[in-house]
Amino acid sequence: MTREKAFVERSVDAAIARTRNEPGPLLEILHSVQHDLGCVPPESVPLIADALNLSRAEVHGVVSFYHHFRERPAGTHTLQLCRAEACQSMNGDALADFARRRLQLDFGETRADGKVTLEAVYCLGNCACAPSAMIDGQLRGRVDAQAIAECAAGWGVPE
Amino acid sequence: MNARAAVTVYVPGDAGALSVGAEEVAAELARECRRRELPIRIRRNGSRGLYWLEPLIEAVTDAGRVAYGPVRAADVPALLDAGLLEGGQHALRLGDIESHDWLRGQQRLTAARLGIVDPADIDDYIAHGGYVGLSTALTMPPAEIVRVVTDSGLRGRGGAAFPTGIKWQTVHDQSAAQKYIACNADEGDSGTFSDRMLMEGDPFALIEGMTIAGLAVGATRGFIYLRVEYPHAARALALALRVARERGYLGRDLRDSGRDFDIAVRLGAGAYICGEETSMLESLEGRRGEVRVRPPLPAVKGLFGQPTVVNNVVTLATVPVILARGAAFYRDFGVGKSRGTIPLQLAGNVKCGGLVERAFGLTVNDLVYGYGGGSATGRPVRAVQIGGPLGAYLPESQFDTPLEYEALSARDGLLGHGGVVVFDDSVDMARMARYALEFCAIESCGKCTPCRVGSTRGVELVDRILASSNGSHAGDIALLDELCDTMANGSLCGLGGLTPFPVRSALKHFPDDFRRR
Repeated sequence: MTREKAFVERSVDAAIARTRNEPGPLLEILHSVQHDLGCVPPESVPLIADALNLSRAEVHGVVSFYHHFRERPAGTHTLQLCRAEACQSMNGDALADFARRRLQLDFGETRADGKVTLEAVYCLGNCACAPSAMIDGQLRGRVDAQAIAECAAGWGVPE
Repeated sequence: MNARAAVTVYVPGDAGALSVGAEEVAAELARECRRRELPIRIRRNGSRGLYWLEPLIEAVTDAGRVAYGPVRAADVPALLDAGLLEGGQHALRLGDIESHDWLRGQQRLTAARLGIVDPADIDDYIAHGGYVGLSTALTMPPAEIVRVVTDSGLRGRGGAAFPTGIKWQTVHDQSAAQKYIACNADEGDSGTFSDRMLMEGDPFALIEGMTIAGLAVGATRGFIYLRVEYPHAARALALALRVARERGYLGRDLRDSGRDFDIAVRLGAGAYICGEETSMLESLEGRRGEVRVRPPLPAVKGLFGQPTVVNNVVTLATVPVILARGAAFYRDFGVGKSRGTIPLQLAGNVKCGGLVERAFGLTVNDLVYGYGGGSATGRPVRAVQIGGPLGAYLPESQFDTPLEYEALSARDGLLGHGGVVVFDDSVDMARMARYALEFCAIESCGKCTPCRVGSTRGVELVDRILASSNGSHAGDIALLDELCDTMANGSLCGLGGLTPFPVRSALKHFPDDFRRR
């Protein structure tokens, strides 16, 4: 058994054991696996399906329905930029263009060097401090191009 | 110096305050006071909702709490030099924040404790009026609790504005072995954050409200469906739930009443549609968040097929004050059929954004100019969007509209969850209309055709309108209007059904933006 496969099995087993007495536990299991492995790898789908007596299609259907679940791990760093109305009202479109240009990425992409993933999110609930972003899991408000440029430089993304 | 009692300083732990540096301020304050051998105790409160002043910190002095803000970590040494711990004079000193113009006129019933208490401290909650509502409810037969909520005139604050008491009555009247309270904490509307603030800053209010709901309808289990974008709220709730259980406010035989009620938090996974109640129930059951056809109503056949109360965070967090002060007290606020208060959230391109809880009836003008002080950019305000991505855009000429359900409905809009997003004159309303349709396409659950297909066809139509020469323009506008009609009347839920609001309001009030430039 490969090392990766062992990790996946261990993570799925632990999630299933932890939620054994919970009704409707699939989302909880997917959160747990993604927390452990950084994504919900396709190899985990049949294991989860077996344990819950669901079809693989049903589990895959849930994984792919929700924006939060990823099938591949994100880059080392993640920039999630809010693209909803309140952030748009504070020149969010220009900020989004800058982020795309500076990171050489479109939304939903990860750099080939694996350094950064850029994602669009729709509202972080910080609309009075717009524009907002979640940078490596930390909420940031009043984000400007300079803040993104500093992150990019800190992450070693070439100009 | 060392013999002196430690001075308490409040530094918000609210996500919005943290997003602009509150954690760095707390760390610097601790470090600098240690260096100066000044004994302090840093407490983490919620935000009072004056976000342009965040991080807003408060020193507890002999003369009461003295506020300073917006404070950056770099300001801390100078603030201490100026006597921060004694309420000393400084350019950032705001004084007693409760006498600040922004807060003084507010009528905070739901958000009464916000920014005042330590959200992790149940004794602080109790000392500020918490759990009076539950104590009252425990002396009443369930039907009486329902009656009080009905009489208060409380309507669902999540957006649909359905009378809460009637929903509770329906669940109360069902006979079932298991009933549920499902709290909708999937606050996905842009421009809204009152649920987040309450969960982070006063989580016991939600817990108490859910417990009262459980007693009223005979439910023993509650779920909070929390969006994954709210990690701070998840931590605050987990802590508060543990404390409430330890102190006998949740669990078996709570408060020695012989009644059981407990709550679990379930995380969403980034799907806007899961804020729709039936989609949320599907998601809670571990499935794709596809909407259910109603009837049956969730109150009859909801979570796991059982009778379920589905209410938003603000609605449930308002229940304790209604039980504590009585239905008449609450009902006496407000106008017409909009009774009580509404925590409005002022956001976007506005100088002073944040939380304004007032009785229904405040006008858009009062909010945007009176509280907001106009746009953040200093340019003229052109429009507001009220009620999130499914809410209408109102032009400045209609800013005399009162923020209450019926008045907004009369102007083809909706109050929704009470978010108001301000746009200055640089906004391109055709682009906003296109975005509304694009967002609907991204977030559609795909179950019904008007929403799944209509949203994408709508984006294409707006693109065609913007690219067209004047010849085909009118025809495509008429077609877009017809498409809106189909979506509004043929969609299964509010996503497809209400997306026409922003689109049509943009077309109606800002037709020039759709002409070829």
